Amino acid sequence: MPTNGVPTKITQGSGTRGGIGESTLRPDGTLKVTGEFAYSSDMWHEDMLWGHILRSTVAHAEIVSIDTSEALATPGVYAVMTYDDLPTDVKNYGLEIQDTPVLAHGKVRHHGEPVAIVAADHPETARRAAAKIKVDYRDLPVITDEASATAPDAVLVHENRDDHHSGHVPHPNIVHRQPIVRGDVDAARRRADVIVEGEYTFGMQDQAFLGPESGLAVPEEDGGVHLYIATQWLHSDLRQIAPVLGLPEDKVRMTLAGVGGAFGGREDLSMQIHACLLALRTGKPVKIVYNRFESFFGHVHRHPAKLFYEHGATADGKLTHVKCRIVLDGGAYASASPAVVGNASSLGVGPYVVDDVDIEAVALYTNNPPCGAMRGFGAVQACFAYEAQMDKLAARLGIDPVELRQRNAMEQGTLMPTGQPVDSPAPVAELLRRVKAMPMPPERQWESSEGADVRQLPGGLSNTTHGEGVVRGVGYAVGIKNVGFSEGFDDYSTARVRMEVVGGEPIATVHTAMAEVGQGGVTVHAQIARTELGVGQVTIHPANTQVGSAGSTSASRQTYVTGGAVKNACELVREKVLELGRRRFGSYHPAWASAELLLEGGKVVTDGGEVLADLVDVLGDEAVEVEEEWRHRPTEPFDLRTGQGNGHVQYSFAAHRAVVEVDTELGLVKVIELACAQDVGKALNPLSVIGQIQGGTTQGLGVAVMEEIVVDPKTAKVRNPSFTDYLIPTILDTPTIPVDVLELADDHAPYGLRGIGEAPTLSSTPAVLAAIRNATGLELNRTPVRPEHLTGTV
Amino acid sequence: MRIDFTVNGRPQEADDVWEGESLLYVLRERLGLPGSKNACEQGECGSCTVRLDGVPVCSCLVAAGQVQGREVVTVEGLADFAEQRSCGTGTRGTSLDEAKGWQAEGTDSQTGEGGELSPVQQAFIDAGAVQCGFCTPGLLVAADEMLERNPDPTDADIREALSGNLCRCTGYEKIMDAVRLAAARQSEGV
Repeated sequence: MPTNGVPTKITQGSGTRGGIGESTLRPDGTLKVTGEFAYSSDMWHEDMLWGHILRSTVAHAEIVSIDTSEALATPGVYAVMTYDDLPTDVKNYGLEIQDTPVLAHGKVRHHGEPVAIVAADHPETARRAAAKIKVDYRDLPVITDEASATAPDAVLVHENRDDHHSGHVPHPNIVHRQPIVRGDVDAARRRADVIVEGEYTFGMQDQAFLGPESGLAVPEEDGGVHLYIATQWLHSDLRQIAPVLGLPEDKVRMTLAGVGGAFGGREDLSMQIHACLLALRTGKPVKIVYNRFESFFGHVHRHPAKLFYEHGATADGKLTHVKCRIVLDGGAYASASPAVVGNASSLGVGPYVVDDVDIEAVALYTNNPPCGAMRGFGAVQACFAYEAQMDKLAARLGIDPVELRQRNAMEQGTLMPTGQPVDSPAPVAELLRRVKAMPMPPERQWESSEGADVRQLPGGLSNTTHGEGVVRGVGYAVGIKNVGFSEGFDDYSTARVRMEVVGGEPIATVHTAMAEVGQGGVTVHAQIARTELGVGQVTIHPANTQVGSAGSTSASRQTYVTGGAVKNACELVREKVLELGRRRFGSYHPAWASAELLLEGGKVVTDGGEVLADLVDVLGDEAVEVEEEWRHRPTEPFDLRTGQGNGHVQYSFAAHRAVVEVDTELGLVKVIELACAQDVGKALNPLSVIGQIQGGTTQGLGVAVMEEIVVDPKTAKVRNPSFTDYLIPTILDTPTIPVDVLELADDHAPYGLRGIGEAPTLSSTPAVLAAIRNATGLELNRTPVRPEHLTGTV
Repeated sequence: MRIDFTVNGRPQEADDVWEGESLLYVLRERLGLPGSKNACEQGECGSCTVRLDGVPVCSCLVAAGQVQGREVVTVEGLADFAEQRSCGTGTRGTSLDEAKGWQAEGTDSQTGEGGELSPVQQAFIDAGAVQCGFCTPGLLVAADEMLERNPDPTDADIREALSGNLCRCTGYEKIMDAVRLAAARQSEGV
């Protein structure tokens, strides 16, 4: 168990309903189905203005001049601001490297970069005024790939870098480089009976959360501002916003508004500072809501990648070595690129035993759209490539692809390429066995007595086939994802828990700054409080910055870390409550001296089940409150030359089996079924766990067959910033997703749980690709697969 | 311009509406009914689905002026609407006249407070079909309308009917479960 907090036994009180392990329903469910849940775009204030952002129309250019006079003269416009209007010397922000201008200064580095902001009394007035701002650009050459980024005469995307990665990168247009070297690849290669090589391309995926970037900034009487915002991490936003505004952090109050999904796309700031600047400038509340077009420009995307792999194996199918190079396109600003590099490299060979590895991952600075966090975070791109390699190897060796994976599957005790031992269950072979054992969907399921149901065929209601030219394929994949922030990051969460009697009943209040983005953290917090404190009623306090940081809702970490903080705070509250009880009633019953007392069903009970007192009587009119930070085991940075180090907290594993049908004449794919087996350690809320697995699986399906932000390689301009042209899976595109949940406890984690949100996004994509390859016999080295890749009409 | 129309059974009047405003904007920003959502504002995602004289439409694609004198039902009025329907003529489906003649019950159709949930709303909660919830209002309106037309849908029917509503969180499986559950409860008269 972690050493933080008070080590007490887990109390899964039979007398308390709605605790961990039950599929309790969301506390915000009723508000969300009645339309009353207040999302960030629903915020409204008397007398509020609307903000709008003018974005660059070119990817890389010097700004010769900006003329705002006509915009300012527009009736209904209250303010127009550019770089020159920023109030302090802090004019940049960024998650790790502060390289992102609040408003462009002198040049723009990507298509859609914010140049000016406008506040007006109607959103359309603001939009039209922004369109009247004249920006004179002088084009610069665009950097769009590794060759153009690292050419000897390459234009530097960022000149005069002084960030902490700048000293070790081979070129200033490389954000970060992480090699991982272990064993002797050259020697191992000589032992290999077969070697397979591959070059893979992963397209740029968008988070495509449905709730657009939005929020309301309200100026306050003390000169501060209150921001109601959809984000993944309130305190990270605060740390970046306050210096730009020139305000101390206690004058920037932040309250989490309803968040319509995130998936990594809200880790970076979007309109936060802009809304605050306009509110402080005008003295009026300012609301900014992106439309979908702006949203595609307003947040970072998943890094597109080029991946080069060499796998060797002996004739009996044991991996001898893996050599790989992963080139991630970070776009114009660093965002989370360094951490994505760390993940891509350290997880680059997948959940397999390989003693001899030579891995290199880099992220580029280019003039493409900035890329950063998205569900799966560097591990997704690698999984797509190493799983394709495993299939290639299986084919060369004549071994069943699942069997080959099982022969090489890591298990508890295996060393990662970083030298870190996997010190909790790693049921890779078992997950593959389970997913393979699931019943197969029936053949020709689209046939009925009334003929073909075209809705179940490739092409669907377009009625392109009644089964002619349709072939079926099956594919498997498995992946490994880290949980929590890695590489020595101080990844803590804070929880404040209060227990008191209200209306004659003991209730607990849980207050954290955790961003509920849909994942169900609020459900789980209430369950933890019920389990630990034996109360029926739990109030989840709205998330804000009036309590310490809860870290980011990312990296599959919230149930582990903020859940761990809530558990820890509850344990401390319980100790205080028991202390109170001992003071009040200890002399009446010797059992009060026991260290094994529990809170269950609103009572203090012995571990034998004897009731000592009602919590109502123990508490009386006292409230017991604890606010405490909680940390998981510390991690270490990866060595910059060898990549060695205990860099990760925990690993998460999932396996998929995809069944697809392909219309080979038209190149249309219908995914028939996408089965998943995942180890979750302990399912705190089984219904939510399955929902996460199915949702993550579907995002993996999307990038397998349809999702890609298309960037013009000549101009670095985004070609498809809309849901008309950037397609995400509809309910017709998404198959049934049977899920087999395995629960093998990780003894290092609260309740033995494992972070689960991301792992299913990894193996879903390569499983679908493997199934399409199986159906068509094509090599398919890029994702997403488009019809022309299947028909040979590229 | 001024627009008079009926929302969730109540006459509404919106003043100073600019001609370019959508029905979605008027509902959200002028009438205090933000339940209909603004995920794409280009008719691709279905999050703004409302019923206009009984027909499901993307309210972002309806010019506000087009609703003059017409009947709109939003997610805020869905529970009352379903309640009214179940107390109706006993036949399946809602005719245009019925839709136009429908009046809200409950305490406050502006905020949706005070009413019971409709079967499909309850099923979405029970089945775990709500995560971030941004797609939920549009899906509820669309699913409720589908169940009105087709009380015993096949899976393929459900997928077809809801194919205009994007969800990014759930992978749709729990949404399928919810609609199946609502249909089953409806057929059992629960």
